[in-house]
Amino acid sequence: MKGFYSRKLHSLLGVIPLGFFILEHMLTNFSAVEGGAQGFKDSVAFLNGLPLVLILEIFGIFLPLLYHAVYGLYIAFQAKPNNGRFRNERNLRYLLQRVTGVIVLVFVIWHLYETRFQVAVGNVTHEQLGSVMHDIVLNPVFFILYVIGVLSASFHFANGLWSFLVSWGVTVGPRAQRVSSKICMGLFVIVSIMFVWSLFAFRNAEFQAGGEAMLQTLRTFIG
Amino acid sequence: MAQTTAAKKVKFIITRQDQPDSASYTEEFELPYRPGMNVISALMEIQRNPVNNSGKQTTPVCWESNCLEEVCGACSMVINGKPRQACAALIDKLEQPIRVEPMKTFPVVRDLVIDRSRMFNALKRVKAWIPIDGTYDLGPGPRMPEKKRQWAYELSKCMTCGVCLEACPNVNEKTNFIGPAAISQVRLFNAHPTGEMNKEERLEALMEDGGIEGCGNSQNCVRSCPKGIPLTTSIAEMNKQTTKHMFKRWLSV
Repeated sequence: MKGFYSRKLHSLLGVIPLGFFILEHMLTNFSAVEGGAQGFKDSVAFLNGLPLVLILEIFGIFLPLLYHAVYGLYIAFQAKPNNGRFRNERNLRYLLQRVTGVIVLVFVIWHLYETRFQVAVGNVTHEQLGSVMHDIVLNPVFFILYVIGVLSASFHFANGLWSFLVSWGVTVGPRAQRVSSKICMGLFVIVSIMFVWSLFAFRNAEFQAGGEAMLQTLRTFIG
Repeated sequence: MAQTTAAKKVKFIITRQDQPDSASYTEEFELPYRPGMNVISALMEIQRNPVNNSGKQTTPVCWESNCLEEVCGACSMVINGKPRQACAALIDKLEQPIRVEPMKTFPVVRDLVIDRSRMFNALKRVKAWIPIDGTYDLGPGPRMPEKKRQWAYELSKCMTCGVCLEACPNVNEKTNFIGPAAISQVRLFNAHPTGEMNKEERLEALMEDGGIEGCGNSQNCVRSCPKGIPLTTSIAEMNKQTTKHMFKRWLSV
């Protein structure tokens, strides 16, 4: 495919559906803050109760994610950052967009393996996901890695939204780009806080798994 | 010379290269300070007396320059890490030692002389001209509104100096991005009342490989342009017009 269209598709998929997905994920996680273990279980149950949920996952998440990741890596490795010579905020964000993109890709693969993949192969059920997360984030190293992962994802989303607005010709002049910059960086802060807050909520003892048998199952893949 | 020996000295570290494919090296020069001197006048001084810092006779440093008033774009080089016009780089305003390098985004011909052909090829690619049939008198063309002329004039100041390409992290050997200058020229020629008649051709050129999609929004270009051209506004405006053109093309067939 010609560069123009593949780049435009990359930009579009980052916002629709992936941008919507990250906001949805943020809200679902936040139910762990708001409603505790039961609230999170209810949110997961609601999502999995959606009609055609597998189709939604494949066409709304997996395929767009795959394309965005592969083409994004291509973009990231084409860059020749010059932040030492040009120290300005936009240039820093240019670099961070590429760095966080690669971090998020690694993080998402790891996170998918621990959660969705384990559900798919039948090691855990949707109801147990809260306790899976509980066990992960209780490990201080994994907790820090998760914080880095969600901060990177939040930044990549918010800054990507800013450049989406430029690339599609919505924000044209410098004032418009400055204002959208502030809005998007505000969004970054809000999304980050909500994700990190949820991570702290998952550390709460109420997410602990029921029986010793299940912990045994979990240990096999958390390490 | 006698009266200047006791006076201030100006120290230069110049990146040199003897052949297009040979390795580069640095050579240091120390020159007597003269009020109002700039990088070009310093290079002229070295040309007159090509002796390096260690007192050895060397080949004079090669560079390109024409107008000496920052309108021709020929003397672009990297001075203390920033790509800019050497003729406008006043010694009084530079930190010493002054490091002068060629803009390595472009092929180096010799010393500070670079080959900016890719910029002129990009202008040809996007058809940055007004096509008119000169074989007979067409009469006066359509008038340009004054308001539009004012911003279009700013875009017309582009001197193809290449500073924006040097500053852009996406213009490099791994991509074929044409760079910010040519994109802004599409906006200029598409704004012209006669040029507008061929605007689709230029937009489609921007939608080819290495076209506008190469922009990564680092916005270094607009910050380094010596003519203060609103390059990022031009790029965003062309993003808008190419997007519109894309949908128009899809929906009209």
